[in-house]
Amino acid sequence: MKFGIVTFPGSNCDHDTFHAVTDVLGEEAMYLWHKDHDLAGADVVILPGGFSYGDYLRPGAIARFSPIMTEVIAHARRGGPVLCICNGFQIACEAGLLPGALLRNESLRFVSEPVRLRVENADTLFSNRYEVGQLLTMPIAHGDGRYTADDEVLDKLEGEGQVVLRYVHGGGEADEYWSPNGAMRAIAGIVSKEGNVMGLMPHPERAVDILLGSVDGIGLFESMLARVAA
Amino acid sequence: MSKFRVALHIVPRRGLLDPQGKAVADALHTLGFKSVSDVHVGRHVVVELDARDASDAEKEARAMCERLLANPVTEDFEIATVGGSKA
Repeated sequence: MKFGIVTFPGSNCDHDTFHAVTDVLGEEAMYLWHKDHDLAGADVVILPGGFSYGDYLRPGAIARFSPIMTEVIAHARRGGPVLCICNGFQIACEAGLLPGALLRNESLRFVSEPVRLRVENADTLFSNRYEVGQLLTMPIAHGDGRYTADDEVLDKLEGEGQVVLRYVHGGGEADEYWSPNGAMRAIAGIVSKEGNVMGLMPHPERAVDILLGSVDGIGLFESMLARVAA
Repeated sequence: MSKFRVALHIVPRRGLLDPQGKAVADALHTLGFKSVSDVHVGRHVVVELDARDASDAEKEARAMCERLLANPVTEDFEIATVGGSKA
């Protein structure tokens, strides 16, 4: 299985993602430059974290028009898997691959810390190696992670099982009034209606080695492998 | 074709939490500006462009807002002024 990791000017998690796919998952990965016009045969596309175009205008707003995005959008429309992490999530929302938007953290502060997450749906391309209700620890590192959408969109996301991960307190109860960034309904990660595009603010690629404090991110990569390779 | 200068205001949609606006409103209250009921902090963008006339310049700027400059999910925009480039 081939993973294509897109590097935009300002991406800074592309190497961590490459490490997670190749060294931890043991699969093939390649970097795709944002100016490329084809995906070089990638089965899965990953939009990694970082600060593409310096977050100018709005995070993801300019990267969304990079040449490769035409191919990424076409790949997604064909049902191809796309994993969008942090800045990748912001880019995917700007591109209309996922509903909603990521706004400035409610605290107005950049937050860099491990957070607790609860798996809300374990029957997706990206979460089938987890159990519903399972608690995960992954780091976040962002200034603009407040997931925002109108009530109709939020109700639909919940109704269709598109909310995959929620921020929770240590005990495990999802509390709308607690999230590290003020995200509506404590949403940390969602999938598209078709289920082949996932966006999340936490960094699974930084939770793949016990030396880094957590291995809870591995399941997300293994989930994709289990479904796509099958 | 003439040169035009279009000023655009892009603001967070009303009703959405605007922590930056709230922080500024709180600071204004602290300074004694008790009359302030609400503040919204957005972006001011000035675009210089070539167009046939002012109405074309405005139309073009509106399309720019819809495609890139404003996020249709969370922001509203308005064309503040359209003037000659020397304006």
